[in-house]
Amino acid sequence: MTGTLAAIGAGLAVIGAGLGIGQIGGKSVEAIARQPEASGDIRGAMILTAAFVEGAALVAILLSIFFQ
Amino acid sequence: MHRMILRPFCLLTLLVTGMIAYAQHDDHSGHEQDDHHEEAHHDGEHGDNNGHAHDAECGEHDHQHGPYDPKATAMHHIADANVYTILDFVRIPLPCILYSKETGWDVFMSSKFGPGHHDDGHYAYNGYVLHEGSVMKVIEPGFPAVGKHEVGGFSSDHGADKTQHFVCYQGEPQLLEAKTVWDGGILGGGVTSFYDFSMTKNVVSMILVSLLLFFLFRSAARGYAVREGGAPKGAQSLLEPVVTYIRDEVAIPFIGEKQYMKFLPLLLSMFFFILGLNLWGQVPFLGGTNVTGSLTLTAILAIIVFLVSNFNGNRHYWQHIFWMPGVPVFVKPLLAFIELLSLFIKPLTLMLRLAGNISAGHIAIISFIGLIFIFGNSGESLGGGVVGSVLSTLLTMFMMAIELIVAFVQAFVFTLLSASYIGTAVEEHEHH
Repeated sequence: MTGTLAAIGAGLAVIGAGLGIGQIGGKSVEAIARQPEASGDIRGAMILTAAFVEGAALVAILLSIFFQ
Repeated sequence: MHRMILRPFCLLTLLVTGMIAYAQHDDHSGHEQDDHHEEAHHDGEHGDNNGHAHDAECGEHDHQHGPYDPKATAMHHIADANVYTILDFVRIPLPCILYSKETGWDVFMSSKFGPGHHDDGHYAYNGYVLHEGSVMKVIEPGFPAVGKHEVGGFSSDHGADKTQHFVCYQGEPQLLEAKTVWDGGILGGGVTSFYDFSMTKNVVSMILVSLLLFFLFRSAARGYAVREGGAPKGAQSLLEPVVTYIRDEVAIPFIGEKQYMKFLPLLLSMFFFILGLNLWGQVPFLGGTNVTGSLTLTAILAIIVFLVSNFNGNRHYWQHIFWMPGVPVFVKPLLAFIELLSLFIKPLTLMLRLAGNISAGHIAIISFIGLIFIFGNSGESLGGGVVGSVLSTLLTMFMMAIELIVAFVQAFVFTLLSASYIGTAVEEHEHH
């Protein structure tokens, strides 16, 4: 088994993003269940926030690809 | 109505077949030889490749003959190339436009390199060679700088801090110039001594997708002129819901009723361009171009968004960046610093998100296909190959379904975030 620290970094970044996006998805499903009439707004906010979380994770992943 | 949609497709088909015809026409010098060469490689017999006797003399050989290397394969398949290869046997040559300070302009078709297996060229032309689809320069002193010369295989030396590539010429390995890397050579990479303005595979894909979009939208626009006020038909029915969705769910909520019309064309162009290229890269057996997954293209798109949002920024926007109202004075410089940073981080993440997601999809698919070779032990084990094929087919199909969603979501997210960045810049503040 070979590998670099960068690979561990990429894995950690994925864990972080997974937790973040999971929270966003879970909470927005809860919110939609509570208020189905607001589902359009909630979905928009969900995608936007998920994109921000993903952006932070992608910076980490790409850095770990380039610096390995 | 059918003719409306059929016509652009016919045109595209004609264009592509024309290119293939040209490829075959231009390639036939030494074509038969190439075939022999390739067959020999496939059989793993290096002895009988006629005319390539010096091939084996160059010590370590090119990596495609060794065990399967998933990382190199993935990187090769997501990279841009100077030849459009479909399924490793149709090779459409593309124009190479190179400029170097010493030798000046060089304009020729990449068929001059005689691209063969794995997009490696069999010839050097004016001191340039084609390695894994990209043009590289031979910098070994004594290598003929002018004319077409036959070369052997390529080899790489994976050193501790950098990889050097060599090409075999008359039995001697010749050093190739390191390719330009994203950081401009700070971390041990390189910057080439020549400028490459070539029309690469990615550029061709962009042109094809733009043409397709142009014809699609022209057909829709004609539809509106012909059936004014009537029910939409054909391309109109395809595009109208998407256009109204972007307008009602992205442009109006983020930019505002008053100013959205000014930015809607930009947002729609970006959405359809990104979506078209995402889907074009998804079509199986069509080259699998990774245009929206290349940082170059996404950087340009992000720079456009950066310029548009900042040039349209109003007084409130700049005030919120440099002198945030409503906070204590000692916090203001700190906030200004953070806001200034975020000004540049916004387009940076925009760039990385799109490129990262699309490249990740391409890498995942090529890795799943590579499972065949990993399980089959590069052709050694038949049973493993069968298991790997079944597994890889299922996983690839699953991944392609996911990627279809990702293609839409990423185009949408890019548009949404652009709208939100433009929206914060042009927003009218009444509350203070």
